[in-house]
Amino acid sequence: MTDQTVATAIPQPRAAKNKTASAGQWRLIWWRFCQHRVALASGVVILLVYLVAAFAEFLAPTSEQAYDPRFTYAPPQQIRFAGYDADGTFHPLYVNGYSAKIDPIALNRTYVTDPSVIIPVGFFVRGEPYRFWGLFETDRRFIGPLEQGQPFYLFGADRLGRDVLSRTIHGTRISMSVGLVGVTISLILGIFLGGISGLYGGWVDDVIQRGIELLKSIPTIPLWMGLAAAVPISTDPVTVYLWITIILSLIGWTDMARVVRGRFLSLKTEDFVIAAQLDGCSKMRIIWRHMVPSFMSHIIASVTLAIPTMILAETALSFLGIGLRPPVVSWGVLLQEAQNILAVSSAPWLFLPGLAVIITVLALNFLGDGIRDAADPYEY
Amino acid sequence: MTVDADHRQSPLLELRDLKMHFPIRRGAFRRIVGHIKAVDGVSLSVNRGETLGIVGESGCGKSTLARTILRVYHPTGGEISYTGRSGAPIDLATLSGPALKEIHRDIRVVFQDPQSSLNPRLRVIDIIGEVLKVNGIATGSELEDRVAELMRSVGLRPEFMHRYPHAFSGGERQRVSIARALAPEPRLVIADEAVSALDVSVQAQTINLLQDLQERFGLTYLFVAHDLSVVRHISDSVAVMYMGRVVEKAPTDAIFASPRHPYTEALLSAVPTPDPRLRRRGRRIHLAGEVADPANPPSGCPFHPRCRYATGICKSDVPPLRSIATSDHSVACHLADNLKLNPFDEYAFAELH
Repeated sequence: MTDQTVATAIPQPRAAKNKTASAGQWRLIWWRFCQHRVALASGVVILLVYLVAAFAEFLAPTSEQAYDPRFTYAPPQQIRFAGYDADGTFHPLYVNGYSAKIDPIALNRTYVTDPSVIIPVGFFVRGEPYRFWGLFETDRRFIGPLEQGQPFYLFGADRLGRDVLSRTIHGTRISMSVGLVGVTISLILGIFLGGISGLYGGWVDDVIQRGIELLKSIPTIPLWMGLAAAVPISTDPVTVYLWITIILSLIGWTDMARVVRGRFLSLKTEDFVIAAQLDGCSKMRIIWRHMVPSFMSHIIASVTLAIPTMILAETALSFLGIGLRPPVVSWGVLLQEAQNILAVSSAPWLFLPGLAVIITVLALNFLGDGIRDAADPYEY
Repeated sequence: MTVDADHRQSPLLELRDLKMHFPIRRGAFRRIVGHIKAVDGVSLSVNRGETLGIVGESGCGKSTLARTILRVYHPTGGEISYTGRSGAPIDLATLSGPALKEIHRDIRVVFQDPQSSLNPRLRVIDIIGEVLKVNGIATGSELEDRVAELMRSVGLRPEFMHRYPHAFSGGERQRVSIARALAPEPRLVIADEAVSALDVSVQAQTINLLQDLQERFGLTYLFVAHDLSVVRHISDSVAVMYMGRVVEKAPTDAIFASPRHPYTEALLSAVPTPDPRLRRRGRRIHLAGEVADPANPPSGCPFHPRCRYATGICKSDVPPLRSIATSDHSVACHLADNLKLNPFDEYAFAELH
């Protein structure tokens, strides 16, 4: 039998399948992920949140510490379009100013927005100067009042007259990076220990697995509280931040290690891994070329699902006052300030950072679900 | 067969009392509480250019035997004597490191399920070419040419080498698997249930392909299967396994025409006969019970609890594998000399007319 006759005797894949036929794993995953609309939208949200974290100084109308005692607990303003001020000048974008009212009994000042006062607002206005990424000095801000010093509180003001929106934006950087850094540390620990556990098995596996069970059996909040209490009170905020992320990932790696171990265990006996072994591949080549690509997408999904846990943990710790402390601004620190009856009754806008937490965590969960569903495109 | 007569008589692979026992570990300290004797004293030989079929039901140790020969496992005991290219015998059982890697170019495997034996994340060229790349046989465009040639020889269009396995049908994927096995120009190919996962029509094509390739490249096959009709088509001789032991081995015709072991008889009776005139109604032998627990094998002949001819001696003594009738027909049964067993349907039919 000649080669040609054999070749024509066999039905070959149809031309219509051409696109998927030579599509690699990541392209297949991407196609499948795109069919998951909610996950796709969540991915865009998460991308925006990280952009906010990256360009916090530029996007926030003020710095996180700027205060104005004239406007303590000022309610949120609403952005309005096309209006004329008292002089009859046209303003495409403006907010209303405040008028103070003094409660005759309690003698405290409350602010209400005053429709007769118009504060013109613009994009790329001059504000407080700041160093952008520590690279260069600038005073341009994405949005703000045209005239510096005018009240501009889209999310309202706190007890010192600080802008809650600006603080939430600055808090994004800390909160989101705690998630990323924490997950990175637990990923490294998890892949390393889980990989050893799954690859070598035997007593090594036993020791690591029992260790994980021990760590998981300790209630997290008391453990975190104990560890956080061990961080000296005098340390500077940046070091505290580092310590907190390490403490958080100390628990976080266990789940990652279990995922990695499970993948290694199931792949180790797969025929294609044995085939690679018989092809003469070295152990490292088998791991990196034949095994890791098979579960990388699952790892990415677990990572995405682990970030919200980290964010929530940081928020919880800071909320309890044992995590990050002012002057560092994170969503948890902001929420801690909303932790009194006054906030609930008269300044509910102090809870707005909580909305940021909810949106981010939900979006990350949807995104993670979407990635997990798309992670294995080879279910024929 | 293109391989000349003198070569045919020399065994390429010879197993002597090969054993593969897996420890059963229990408890917190992983104490060994017993052994599963998956392969328990197998002695076989395959001549160059020939095909040895190994049959038996699931769990009889035939796949373990294949993997032990490939040295996926480290054998518990015995010898795997392989005649190297220089003509000198090499004991694979004790080989390791670079020497074993060298042997893995000579002895290749085709797995049962191409779905799991082909990495879905690698392109066909990477799957077939991996062994060439890793062993430094070919790289770059040379590798591409070699893969194209291999794909042509198994009946695949070389233009599809940049596709992923998911773009191929089951039969085509098995061809990729065969091409991978042939890549380093092996001498012995172990087909571990290589056609069992395929449709009957595709099975036939694949078997024909394997036979063509055997002729072209002078390959020796160790063909592991549970389907006797497939084995009969491709094998020169057949070994029947039961609970990790060979219970009967003989040239293919001999085993189909005059089985000497009751287990072989039962297996033959289970083969479906396509021609209704050849069917014998009610002659199928239903074996009672299941294969015994390999961790706790029965005393004496491992087959005796299911054997309809079993007598006292079968319960107490393990029957040795001994020659019967002709020198190349051996059987492990105490009663082999006295039993009149039914042959395969076609032979029975021929006898009647």
